[in-house]
Amino acid sequence: MSKIGVFVCHCGENISSTVDCEKVAATVGKYDGVAFSVDYKYMCSDPGQSIIKNAIAEKGLTGVVVAACSPRMHEPTFRKVCAEAGLNPYMCEMANLREHCSWVHEKGEATTEKAIDLVRILVEKVKYNQSLNSIKVPVTKTALVIGGGIAGIQASLDIANTGHKVILIEKDPSIGGHMSQLSETFPTLDCSQCILTPRMVEVAQHPNITLYTYAELESLEGFIGNFKARIRKKSKSLDEKLCTGCGLCTTKCPTKKIPSEFNEGLGNRTAIYVPFPQAVPNKPVIDRIHCTYYTKGKCRICEKVCPTGAIRFDQEDQIIEVEVGAIVVATGFAVKQPDFFPEYGYGKYADVITGLQFERLASASGPTLGEIRRPSDGKIPEKIVFLACAGSRDPAKGIPYCSKICCMYIAKHAMLYQHKVHTGKSYVFYMDIRAGGKMYEEFVRRAIEDDGVNYIRGRVSKIYEKNGKLIVNGVDTLLNAMPVEIEADMVVLATAGVANEGAEELAQKLHISYDPYKFFAEAHPKLKPVETNTGGIFLAGACQAPRDIPESVAMASGAAVKVAGLFSQDELTREPIIAVVNRQAAPVYSSCVGCFLCVSACPYQAIEKEEIKNRNGEVIKSIAKVNPGLCQGCGTCVAFCRTKSIDIQGYTHEQMYTEVMALLNEY
Amino acid sequence: MTLGFYPGCSLKGSSREYAESVLAVAKAFDIHLEEIKDWNCCGATAAHNMNKELSLALPARILSLAEKQGLTEIVVPCAACYSRLTVTKHELSENPALKAVVTDANDLAYTGSVSVLNIVQMLDKYIIPNLEGRVVKPFEHKVACYYGCLLVRPHEILKFDREEDPQSLDALMLKAGATPIDWAFKTECCGAGLSVSRTSSVGRLSGKIIGDAKDRGAEAIIVACPMCHSNLDMRRDAINAYLGEKVDIPVLYITQAIGLAIGLDRKALGLQRHFVKVSV
Amino acid sequence: MSSDTHHSGISGLGGEVLGHTDVKVSHCYQCGKCSAGCPLSEEMDYPPSVIMRMLQTANPDLEDKVLRSLSIWVCLTCEMCFARCPMSIDIPKMMDFLREKSLNEKKSNPKAKEIIAFHKSFLDSIKYTGRLYEIGLFVDYKARTLKILDDLALAPKMMKRGKLNIIPELIKDRSGVAAIFRKANKKNKN
Repeated sequence: MSKIGVFVCHCGENISSTVDCEKVAATVGKYDGVAFSVDYKYMCSDPGQSIIKNAIAEKGLTGVVVAACSPRMHEPTFRKVCAEAGLNPYMCEMANLREHCSWVHEKGEATTEKAIDLVRILVEKVKYNQSLNSIKVPVTKTALVIGGGIAGIQASLDIANTGHKVILIEKDPSIGGHMSQLSETFPTLDCSQCILTPRMVEVAQHPNITLYTYAELESLEGFIGNFKARIRKKSKSLDEKLCTGCGLCTTKCPTKKIPSEFNEGLGNRTAIYVPFPQAVPNKPVIDRIHCTYYTKGKCRICEKVCPTGAIRFDQEDQIIEVEVGAIVVATGFAVKQPDFFPEYGYGKYADVITGLQFERLASASGPTLGEIRRPSDGKIPEKIVFLACAGSRDPAKGIPYCSKICCMYIAKHAMLYQHKVHTGKSYVFYMDIRAGGKMYEEFVRRAIEDDGVNYIRGRVSKIYEKNGKLIVNGVDTLLNAMPVEIEADMVVLATAGVANEGAEELAQKLHISYDPYKFFAEAHPKLKPVETNTGGIFLAGACQAPRDIPESVAMASGAAVKVAGLFSQDELTREPIIAVVNRQAAPVYSSCVGCFLCVSACPYQAIEKEEIKNRNGEVIKSIAKVNPGLCQGCGTCVAFCRTKSIDIQGYTHEQMYTEVMALLNEY
Repeated sequence: MTLGFYPGCSLKGSSREYAESVLAVAKAFDIHLEEIKDWNCCGATAAHNMNKELSLALPARILSLAEKQGLTEIVVPCAACYSRLTVTKHELSENPALKAVVTDANDLAYTGSVSVLNIVQMLDKYIIPNLEGRVVKPFEHKVACYYGCLLVRPHEILKFDREEDPQSLDALMLKAGATPIDWAFKTECCGAGLSVSRTSSVGRLSGKIIGDAKDRGAEAIIVACPMCHSNLDMRRDAINAYLGEKVDIPVLYITQAIGLAIGLDRKALGLQRHFVKVSV
Repeated sequence: MSSDTHHSGISGLGGEVLGHTDVKVSHCYQCGKCSAGCPLSEEMDYPPSVIMRMLQTANPDLEDKVLRSLSIWVCLTCEMCFARCPMSIDIPKMMDFLREKSLNEKKSNPKAKEIIAFHKSFLDSIKYTGRLYEIGLFVDYKARTLKILDDLALAPKMMKRGKLNIIPELIKDRSGVAAIFRKANKKNKN
């Protein structure tokens, strides 16, 4: 016999200004099964909550309907109240008289009638509610960090310093990412490698961090607190335990003309190589695509000269399986190659380069040892033109967004050039200057006021080569669009920051969302920037959107604390509003016929096949089983099931049918 | 085989040699060019500058006539006419209301079924596949291929070659035995319809084109548009005035260059009609 | 100009541009790439990006200046601006519309007299014969502009090379073509 309590809230004036709350409480109070019905000004307040608690105790209520605002607002509040009063929280439901009624209608009889209907159908539903208990899931306290750039490094160190284990994987032979390619960083002009390499070494030496480089994620299964990852450790053709990092092999390798990825194609490397001198780990890998042994079966010089015999030509990729509880994705970004800008001659003219290539020229460890020189003839340029927005903010070229960091690095590049070439002249063609960080605006002003960089507001239409010079045709929009032609020695394009190649594939392996530009999607753009919609997977750094180093570091620490929070519990509590496949007695066992349509329908891969066996171990029947740790209660499987064998706890077929029939039947 | 042919006004008058060379080359490959009966002027620049409806109705009439004549494909050697016809086809297919207004003005049926080819497309499709063994006097010169504006822009409508650094004419000249050079003014405007009303502008714009070609050692300029030819050839005095020197580089139509390469008679190709002597 | 008329929107001439050409002036973020690549920009009173800005303000004084500008008439419709515009704004189409409107409202710039005269002479020629009669075009043009001596030496040179037809080519369906002109001109006042 149901004894339901109805509590109608005025919500100040929000509901009572259009709905007659007293009438609602009085009318519903007369219904079958309603033992108590009252209205009050602020149900969520302390006295309001006390009314509910007292009613539960005094009237022995078996169910509670709070007719007030949206359950998204206060369902947890009222469920907690019921729990404190000794009533199972899932016996409490909320009728939304605010967003669904008072806020969208005018004051009148019809509005009040609608409010009464809304309460009535929920009362009928609650008569069929069952007590439910939260689900507990264990937690593996090891984190997987994918990506060894500054964000991945920071996240790994932060998590490791909370006492938990971290597995860090990086697809390149060394960690460091794009930050290791930079010469100096804005706005302080700190030497990038000088501030980065200590962290890289810390990662390598940290007792809680296991580092796998030249490794990628092969596959991922599981759910929050309980992931199973398979990592492919690509073969370096090297026994890392024997290699001492002496580097002799790299000096003797005869294949020397492979364009260096680290130097953005401006210099060469050998087939057996260490990407840069400060690499961590400082051990070489063999590039099997270019190595003479792998392509033609000859050479093997590195093997001959290696003092410890560490070369292993037959070494295969290794698959490592790990169990982790949380994942931080820190795979960073790529720089778009601007050969889609034919009017700027990139790819055609050697002296038209990208910002990242300029970094390598400016860097002391770069192909020109820090001197700014033209790739074509090695001369020092006397005039450099920098083009902002060469790819970003350009819907015609497919990228409408702003890449955020270019205005700052252009100012930096121009300043570095002026510092290195005192008589040089630099020009920046810009549309706007975006310098919103701390000390950023002052940095750009320094470039203009102290270092004499010429800023011209306008865009360049075309660049072509004549007599060894690059003719740049631009315009000054602040001077009535006056044409500006500059004969430059070098042009630097601030190209767009885009998602890494393979980002889409990785997102699909992880089952996380991504946007049309293949940047990974945060759970909420304002309030959940480091979480994804997939429980247990977090984001850090530029893989979510182009950003600078301080933001990437901050985000990495944010992700780390989310992981630490997850690991601070031994068990995870989850809402029991999940799907369940019915079970019955033998010989039926379940109305489920094992068609497994639900398995393919489930967006969270939460449904498995369960084999029902007899005493002899023979399989009698295969039916579906929902993994309570993964199920998000979306109900897609329920819609697909042809035999109505699967139901959502708290929203069963019976409950839903009852609500609809209550709506149709007049009282 | 037979191909529809829309010469346009220039080919009948001031650019007669272009028509002569097109017909001569077509004949050499057994292609009969059937002129559209009673064709009218496409309106060129004047129409679209003054009156939108007129600028669409005139080309639509031409396409309707071609349809009536049973032609499925027409070659339009003049780049401006080619542009107007293709843009008209596009606008009428995108906008049914406009199509109704225009076809009402014409009082002729229009389905938009006629395919419009520019001279390069016609050469690529019907001449080049049969060029093997026909090149008896390779055009062994350094050439600057000049595309002008209307062959390659706007790309979304014309869908021909590419807007920046196009290569189709260069590829044709390579097959004719020439050495096409890379230069910076392939698609910069020659001054178009300002030839009469603002000749100094043509002197400046065409002057820049000739100047760059000369600086890079071109021995001839290859064009596929009668207006470009007229500005670069007939207006050479204005160009020389702008450059401050006399430049003798001749300007040839693509069909003239190919005609020479396959051994056709110079007079048949109309080379004597040029203002700048064709020394190659 | 007063600040309350200085707003970005699609009212005024910009709104008319949108209605006739699908070009939305608010898309322009004034990068200037069009002006940078325009071959005639140094001969214009307002380079194309400045014309866009004037339309964005919806200020009647500036809109009037646009229709009275020389820019719209020296524009060659070479399509370079449209090809390079990062927002894919069809400036040539907009220019065609502004030209037609400028003529209809009798606001065409006096310095564009020769250019407009040439267009009119061209169209007059084909209205009567169906195809361009170059001598007719020259005569009509010189009558409109009184530039009798210009290019006088050119005619005999062209004739010598067989490039100038003395007799015009008349098409058969001249009335058909004339009808097209009549229907098209019904809406315009030029």
